[in-house]
Amino acid sequence: MRVAGKGLLDRSRSVPFRFDGVRYAGLEGDTLASALLANGVRLVGRSFKYHRPRGILTAGSEEPNALVTVGTGGRRTPNTRATVQEIHQGLEARSQNAWPSLKHDLLSLNNLAAPFFGAGFYYKTFMWPKAFWERIYEPAIRRAAGLGALSGEPDADRYERAFAFCDLLVIGAGPAGLMAALVAGRAGADVILADEEARMGGRLLAETETIEGRPGHEWAEAALAELAATENVRLMTRTTVAGAYDQGTFAALERVGHHRAPQEGLPVECFWRIVAKRAVLAAGALERPIAFADNDRPGIMTAGAVRAYLNRWGVSPGRRVSVFANNDDAHRTARDMVKAGVDVVAVIDSRADAPGSDLFEVHRGAHVVGSAGRLGLEAITLRSGAAEHRVETDCLAMSGGWNPSVHLSCHMNGRPVWREDIVSFVPTPGAVPGMVAAGACNGAFSTQACLREGAEAARGALEELGIKPPKPDLPMAEDTEYRIAPLWAVAGKGRAWLDFQNDVTVKDVRQAAAENYRSVEHMKRYTTQGMATDQGKSSNVAALAVLADATGRGIPETGTTTFRPPYSPIAIAALGAGGQGKGFAPERLTTSHKASRERGAPMIEAGLWYRPSYFPAPGESNWRQSCDREVTMVRAAVGICDVSTLGKIDIQGPDAGRLLDFVYTNMFSTLKVGRVRYGLMLREDGYVMDDGTTARLGEDHYLMTTTTAAAGEVMRHLDFVHQGLRPEWDVRFASVSEQWAQFAVAGPKSRDLLNGVLDAPLEADDWPFMACGAVRVLGVAGRLFRISFSGEHAYELAVPARYGDSLFRALVARAEGMGGGAYGMEALNVLRIEKGLITHAEIHGRTTAFDIGMGRMVSAKKDCIGKTLSQRPGLTDPERERLVGLKPAGAVKLITAGGHLFAQDAAPVRQNDQGYVTSAGFSSTLGHVVALGFLRRGPDRIGEVVKMVDHLRGVETLCEVVDPVFFDPEGGRVRG
Amino acid sequence: MRITCPLCGERDRREFYYKGAALALDRPEPDAGAEAWDEHVFLRDNPAGETRDLWYHADGCGAWIVVTRDTVSHAVLETRLAGEAGA
Repeated sequence: MRVAGKGLLDRSRSVPFRFDGVRYAGLEGDTLASALLANGVRLVGRSFKYHRPRGILTAGSEEPNALVTVGTGGRRTPNTRATVQEIHQGLEARSQNAWPSLKHDLLSLNNLAAPFFGAGFYYKTFMWPKAFWERIYEPAIRRAAGLGALSGEPDADRYERAFAFCDLLVIGAGPAGLMAALVAGRAGADVILADEEARMGGRLLAETETIEGRPGHEWAEAALAELAATENVRLMTRTTVAGAYDQGTFAALERVGHHRAPQEGLPVECFWRIVAKRAVLAAGALERPIAFADNDRPGIMTAGAVRAYLNRWGVSPGRRVSVFANNDDAHRTARDMVKAGVDVVAVIDSRADAPGSDLFEVHRGAHVVGSAGRLGLEAITLRSGAAEHRVETDCLAMSGGWNPSVHLSCHMNGRPVWREDIVSFVPTPGAVPGMVAAGACNGAFSTQACLREGAEAARGALEELGIKPPKPDLPMAEDTEYRIAPLWAVAGKGRAWLDFQNDVTVKDVRQAAAENYRSVEHMKRYTTQGMATDQGKSSNVAALAVLADATGRGIPETGTTTFRPPYSPIAIAALGAGGQGKGFAPERLTTSHKASRERGAPMIEAGLWYRPSYFPAPGESNWRQSCDREVTMVRAAVGICDVSTLGKIDIQGPDAGRLLDFVYTNMFSTLKVGRVRYGLMLREDGYVMDDGTTARLGEDHYLMTTTTAAAGEVMRHLDFVHQGLRPEWDVRFASVSEQWAQFAVAGPKSRDLLNGVLDAPLEADDWPFMACGAVRVLGVAGRLFRISFSGEHAYELAVPARYGDSLFRALVARAEGMGGGAYGMEALNVLRIEKGLITHAEIHGRTTAFDIGMGRMVSAKKDCIGKTLSQRPGLTDPERERLVGLKPAGAVKLITAGGHLFAQDAAPVRQNDQGYVTSAGFSSTLGHVVALGFLRRGPDRIGEVVKMVDHLRGVETLCEVVDPVFFDPEGGRVRG
Repeated sequence: MRITCPLCGERDRREFYYKGAALALDRPEPDAGAEAWDEHVFLRDNPAGETRDLWYHADGCGAWIVVTRDTVSHAVLETRLAGEAGA
């Protein structure tokens, strides 16, 4: 219910929303949690394991209980914390883990069977039969236990990523963070102030204490106004800094759209990488519950949360409020409630020396030992000395003390240190280089201490950055001492909850200890304490205190589990923003792409490139018909194929030839200007890296082509060889792959075709096989290379990429006029297999120059990369699997790439493996399938018949071993 | 992780390609013998502490860089161009 005169919200701004299908109204600025409490809704979910009724425990991102599903269809987001979700027009939220309804949940039967469901229950129970685990036990457990579910549909929401840089990142905008940002902002530093909440101010919004005589929230507003007006300060609200990484890199998640109705194009979240020279961690502290029997009923909340709902949102979670605490801080809840006119029925303090009050009754040295109420709190049992009595209350505000939010200080392996005086862990200074903790997250709990530490942390950072800090100007605020005495679990019968989200009780932790899971990390995994969405933010310290007690060790000795990023949950989609769909594999399109698509060519991927598979002609109903036609067309007339995807590297400098001699196995310094040579490149371990042709365009100017797949790798390799091994050589490289469009013009009529488009006709004597030079094509300066990947008289014609589309269209039109046309990858592949020409199907990283029959290309006259190790005995052993051609020799006429080779009479098992097929295709030229493969002692076995077995496709064929060059072995056509 | 490219300045490590130990710069003579070549191509230390390795500023200037860093603290201690780092 709303309390008159309380809260920072505008009562006139009503916002409708739905929860479990019921329509409610809240106020602008409400979270789903505050709006539900304002409407008297206490029951919001069922617990993970026992399906216990659960309500709202906290008022922040640490909430373990109040998890709801927001949105519908592909926009559904499960496990959304009601304490974080802001209400907006059209908000649809649903409770989770209850069936058929929240109030009548059938699986709450689990609660009655609880004695069987303790720690390690699954491990002990579902042991046999083994086969039952996957089919029966696991699905059943998953259905019964769990949180929200994904929609199963593709995520319809948009996510973004962004990058930011600053001098000082301030994490958290409570008193410490605001003060740090003010000091650094006034000094002119480039500041980012990030806070996970919609409204900055932290606990100043939730307390009634004053700063400089004004309410804390007013001071915060003034500070924020100043910061907003400071050009060098950026304020990032709704932004959770979730991880601290190396060299001042921080991960942060900004909620961009979750608090509004879905809007086309608006991302729901933005994932930030923030690089900060220095950082101030001002993340505040989280309150911890006290474990007592049945402490999990809706209506039992942390004391600070009850106070926050009252002071910030103007809501009292109950009409008859009680308080149970072991520290002074929780007494403020009682005080604020009384002053707001809410009944406070009892303040129970475990300390005998707890302070008194004239506003409410304090039961000193007393404990709450139980609670009652089916779907929400109705009463508690108070024990004072030996006497127990029942107190009617519908809201218990409990406080076991405050845990500084040390999380980020631990993300780089830091371990927090125990402070006995505040009964809490605090960050180890310097645990994250460049980051300093200030305020409550550093164990400084008074407002004055927060302001002071924030200012000091900022001044320290400024000093290290060489920025002159402004004159000290520290406002005056309350500086109350934080007094606390340890109380983790109240002795007594019944289940006392530690981890509300995972249904872990004090008994579970003790049982883990009894079964020798004494390490805190083992206890966590055995009991599931501290797992799932809240990562035990409210329960970890109490759980390890119980473990410490059960194992007879101290808390510092027991230690904490490891805090890892993210601080609070991040959707995978946000982490992967920009990497979905085409963002994962961007498209690289050639200049002929449009023309090829217009001709109906299906495209296939070649790395990130898209290349035409084939160009269907009228009447053709499958790819084989098109491919066969295209092969015949190239052999008989002329074909056009876009080969622009090959890597092109421009190499210039007086030492260009030397460098090529060093990276290629064969000589390039001796190549004449105006000539092209095929080159083979090895890795330093002696295996083949890549191949391709390199043209000498001038005395100090070469143009290298690489395979499509290895373009980037070869560029990197050249840079490495030059910069790392031969920096004294004068040579430079530039990738020009995308600057030139290049087309193969292949076939007996290729010269005739070119003569129709070149400004000066080709003289046969000037353009022998492997010649190259500058030409003018249809008035444009281009380059011509007489090279062939088909075995035909062929050329490759290159023009600046902007002419690619028009040149392709012109070439294809002319080819069609001569009985030819465009051809695609399928035909290209068959043409090169017919000629025994290799691709990365053959040079796949495990083959040597010797294996592919090019052993003699490794020049004896010079050193080159990979030469020494290529001559290892093992790499030149005749027994190796070496390149051969294969053609069908039996009844089955099919050979498939990927099939393995065996002796004819051998069983087709791994032990008898003699090789494998790398490439295969039907040769329309020869009328049978042609294939390339690697066979043990292959070249020595020409004429032999072997057996190919493709276990995957179920093909078995007898093959004849032949020379890899099936067609025109003398090479008359290519030279003619 | 941030790496300072000697040419471009401090950049996110995602701009860089990682090759491995800077040993790759100490290429033996062709006749140095099997042991030296084995060492050069295949054998690598896996230190907990200071290490020198090669990174390529692939999404930047194309510089090969010798990065001296600490594998325990992840601190980057020094970066130099491979051509100037020497063997």
